[in-house]
Amino acid sequence: MPTLTIDGTEVTVEPGTTVLQACEEVGVEVPRFCYHERLSIAGNCRMCLVDMEKAPKPIASCAMPAGDGMVIHTNTERVKKAREGVMEFLLINHPLDCPICDQGGECDLQDQAMAFGRGKNRFDENKRAVDDKEMGPLISTTMTRCIHCMRCVRFSEEVAGVPDMGALYRGENMQITTYLEKTLDSEMSGNVVDLCPVGALTSKPYAFTARSWELKHTESIDVMDAVGSNIRVDTRGAAVMRILPRLHEDINEEWISDKTRYVFDGLKARRLDTPYVRKSKKLTAASWGDAFKAVKSKLKGVKGDQIAAIVGDQADMESMAALKDLLASLGSTRIECRQDGSAADASVRGGYIMNGGIAGVEDADYLLIVGANPRLEAPTLNTRIRKAVRHFGLKVGNIGNAEDLTYRVDEFGDDASILTAVLSGDHEAAQKLKAAQNPIIMVGQAALSGDDGAAILKATRDIADKYCMRENWNGFNMLHNAAARVGGLDLGLTTEGGVDSILDDAEAGKTKVVFLLGADEVNTAALKDTTVVYIGTHGDEGVKHADIILPAAAYTEKFGTYANTEGRFQRTIKATFAPGEAREDWTIFRALSDVLGNTLPYDTLDQLRARIEKDVPGFNDLDVLPAAEWGDFGKKGDISSGGIAPAIENFYHTNPIARASQIMADCIDARGGLVEEATGTNG
Amino acid sequence: MLADKDRIFTNLYGHQSPGIDAAMKRGDWDGTKALIEKGRDWIIGEMKESGLRGRGGAGFPTGLKWSFMPKESDGRPSYLVVNADEGEPGTCKDRDLMRHDPHKLIEGCLIAGYAMNAVAAYIYIRGEFYHEAEALERAIEEAYEKGFLGKNACGTGYDYDVYVHKGAGAYICGEETALIESLEGKKGQPRLKPPFPANVGVWGCPTTVNNVESIAVAPTILRRGAAWFSGLGRPNNTGTKVFCISGHVNNPCNVEEEMGIPLRELIETHAGGVRGGWDNLLAVIPGGSSVPVLPKQICDDVLMDFDSLRDVQSGLGTAAVIVMDKSTDIVKAIARLSEFYKHESCGQCTPCREGTGWMWRVMERLVTGEADKSEIDMLLEVTKQVEGHTICALGDAAAWPIQGLMRHFRPEVEARIDAYHTKKAAE
Repeated sequence: MPTLTIDGTEVTVEPGTTVLQACEEVGVEVPRFCYHERLSIAGNCRMCLVDMEKAPKPIASCAMPAGDGMVIHTNTERVKKAREGVMEFLLINHPLDCPICDQGGECDLQDQAMAFGRGKNRFDENKRAVDDKEMGPLISTTMTRCIHCMRCVRFSEEVAGVPDMGALYRGENMQITTYLEKTLDSEMSGNVVDLCPVGALTSKPYAFTARSWELKHTESIDVMDAVGSNIRVDTRGAAVMRILPRLHEDINEEWISDKTRYVFDGLKARRLDTPYVRKSKKLTAASWGDAFKAVKSKLKGVKGDQIAAIVGDQADMESMAALKDLLASLGSTRIECRQDGSAADASVRGGYIMNGGIAGVEDADYLLIVGANPRLEAPTLNTRIRKAVRHFGLKVGNIGNAEDLTYRVDEFGDDASILTAVLSGDHEAAQKLKAAQNPIIMVGQAALSGDDGAAILKATRDIADKYCMRENWNGFNMLHNAAARVGGLDLGLTTEGGVDSILDDAEAGKTKVVFLLGADEVNTAALKDTTVVYIGTHGDEGVKHADIILPAAAYTEKFGTYANTEGRFQRTIKATFAPGEAREDWTIFRALSDVLGNTLPYDTLDQLRARIEKDVPGFNDLDVLPAAEWGDFGKKGDISSGGIAPAIENFYHTNPIARASQIMADCIDARGGLVEEATGTNG
Repeated sequence: MLADKDRIFTNLYGHQSPGIDAAMKRGDWDGTKALIEKGRDWIIGEMKESGLRGRGGAGFPTGLKWSFMPKESDGRPSYLVVNADEGEPGTCKDRDLMRHDPHKLIEGCLIAGYAMNAVAAYIYIRGEFYHEAEALERAIEEAYEKGFLGKNACGTGYDYDVYVHKGAGAYICGEETALIESLEGKKGQPRLKPPFPANVGVWGCPTTVNNVESIAVAPTILRRGAAWFSGLGRPNNTGTKVFCISGHVNNPCNVEEEMGIPLRELIETHAGGVRGGWDNLLAVIPGGSSVPVLPKQICDDVLMDFDSLRDVQSGLGTAAVIVMDKSTDIVKAIARLSEFYKHESCGQCTPCREGTGWMWRVMERLVTGEADKSEIDMLLEVTKQVEGHTICALGDAAAWPIQGLMRHFRPEVEARIDAYHTKKAAE
């Protein structure tokens, strides 16, 4: 391991460490623009020049590997001059428009100009102006401000896996562009806004709406998918102004998907902000008291086995537990969290989580995807897989219809019956799994949602059991799409026959009252003649046939616990209040239970969490990758041949918040719009 | 003056055919097999001994460069890349070598390639050199027909291929790592070093990039012996060199001469002297556009080799001697070079991208005198801010001509500023 001296301090670093990283280790700050620890090294900004003894010229510390015996100085006159020089060059053609620049206040160029600049302008010539580029509905460009650090280009090539960005022309005429001036064809494109050290690429939806220093920051968790990306919710007053990623090395690193980042305007549109009660076929605004009374009257005379509940994809565990307890107090245990009809089995925890963890993908050398499209279902996970493919030699095989995952995939077709061959060892994938040191089989909900879902689950379980078990390595990974799902399964919210049976019974009149907790992904037409109590945030599918609507809080508006697809518990923090009369979900159930005369035994969130801990051990151990038990699950059966239908039709419209979002709609428009079904009159 | 018997490039002027038969009569491809059979270490040792320094401008010892290549392959092939992207203004030697004496280069490719255990050579030729590329292709074809290249090249049991790749005309692609990028099909932008090409070069494989002339002289050096080559010139600046003399001389030409020849002798013997006589000389750029200009009093007795020119704060570069007589507007001449470097900067790294344009704009104003005298020092400071702070040497190349101008012709620049302001005041 090389030992070097930095400003008189000796430090020993790992081989392969750069001088810049070594400087950071001893607490010496080196200014930089182009260097980013998750991107390849470009070394083009020249801001990180430092002096190395015996070198005739200052060296770019970001690109120079630390060598034994190097003596580095970062505080010499020559280094100071070099930094001032580079700073001056960066500023001569940079517009002085900080007052109208959205990056103002969080701009690397501003900060470093203050710290390392010369403070005076000597440039008397005209400044360069560059045409702005069209990059779609998410990214606003002011290319005159660009300092050509290439971070965005490197990101789109290396991390996002879409070579859509690049540089045209040369010298001072060089321009960063998407070549054809089109939307970046990536679900991760918004990250270039964070990467841009200046105001060249800024967030279009956030443009000119707030200044960074006016915002209140709340560290929370995302619920757009089951990854549980760590986010920072920036609010001003009652409004969420923007969402940014937070660093979590084991989950999202520092990336988030476009849906996570830009869905925030959906929190303001189509909101349910007051209770409603259906009176003579019309929903009418009501007070909480009247709404509760209406629920009570509808439940009069209804037996426990005539009551059911369906839980949506974004419900927090506290709400689900409270609803479960409420139903129990009414004599029902029929509460279902698998809206999509997935056959995921709640009996063994190892059977419904990603046992290896998200970061575990980097340790794997073979990954067999079954009926999942990580690019659409969990974009941050997909970038992790891509990283593993690029840097750690991971090979990927796919049974399913996922197209263009941004890395090389061996396609085995989308016929799930291949699994039988894999299990018996008669398939290429079996050999690859067997030969791998750390193999993974990743099962998506698409594979489990069909009639043969339980059989597929059993087959994948057996494949994992046969080929993917190593010492300290469980290669069975289930990929969920719903943030609520693992929590729901932890609480045991599964029923015989699933959602379909509830809907069938409702249609047949056997079920009288159905509670929908934010359940908007089921076809509610079957609930036309049933009493529906909808508890949720948006006027979406679930309210169509609702008789009583109880407005609830969205994920930014409550303290809630979510278990991500790895089974890791994380909590959202309330960033704003829910609009109008809307209340946090669990308090609604607690209040309703009071009206119904069977008060739930908890008055505070802490009491409720203590109650959940009893059912779900480890519930209060946050942010821990669990070691789950392993066992038998799924049902042996025939797997019908034929394609696996995709789990997600449209990445930008997977939940009620996203469907309410104009920005998400713009994203769809930018990609050619929703494909409407032919009506027969359109030619 | 170099004796005819010591000339390496005996068909520099194209008086004879460039074809393989004529070339063989001139001594090319003579005993190539025997040279190769002496082994890698002998070849590299001989090249080191000869003291040959790279002829592309930087003057790095060629034998030493070859010795950096891995002796044993780690599974990756090695490559020789010949830099025929001759773009330095004033330089036109490689063009004539390839046009009239291509077999020297091709034989050199084989021997150098063998010495560094390469599997193939890529000759990256400037796109504008269309006919030279054709000449090369023709010569390569002839060599293949004779069995000098390809499988079992020259009967040595060594398989070796030579390819010609045409560039698209960017000056920066003559920088070795930018050339590698371009050869790989990417935007021609220099790479960071380390890793050096000898470790990670074309397609990530060990690569040596050499100038055309460096490779073309190798067979002759090996045939005649290192001692012969090192006996020419001065210590550390040995051998012969093709000089390109252009500008205000009576007979602009390429000429092979001994290293260390006095500049005045070079110009007067081979180029017919300065237009209007030696006393009409204003200045000389001795090594291609990127090296600092020298005024007449230095040109009077300076010797043409790496060390002598370095001692007068200039450089031998590509040995492209650009002669300017007293009719030259020296400020305008240097401003034109600044424009060239501004145009050819790749734009990758900050000091060069932003600095070249700034320097050029100030230079343009200095041409008319529309400036303040304090701007001269500011301009010099800007050149210092560019110099040594860039990924490749283009930043230095853009800075040096201006530094040279101010070092020797500052009074001229100041007089122009005074004249401009006097005229303005009178109006």
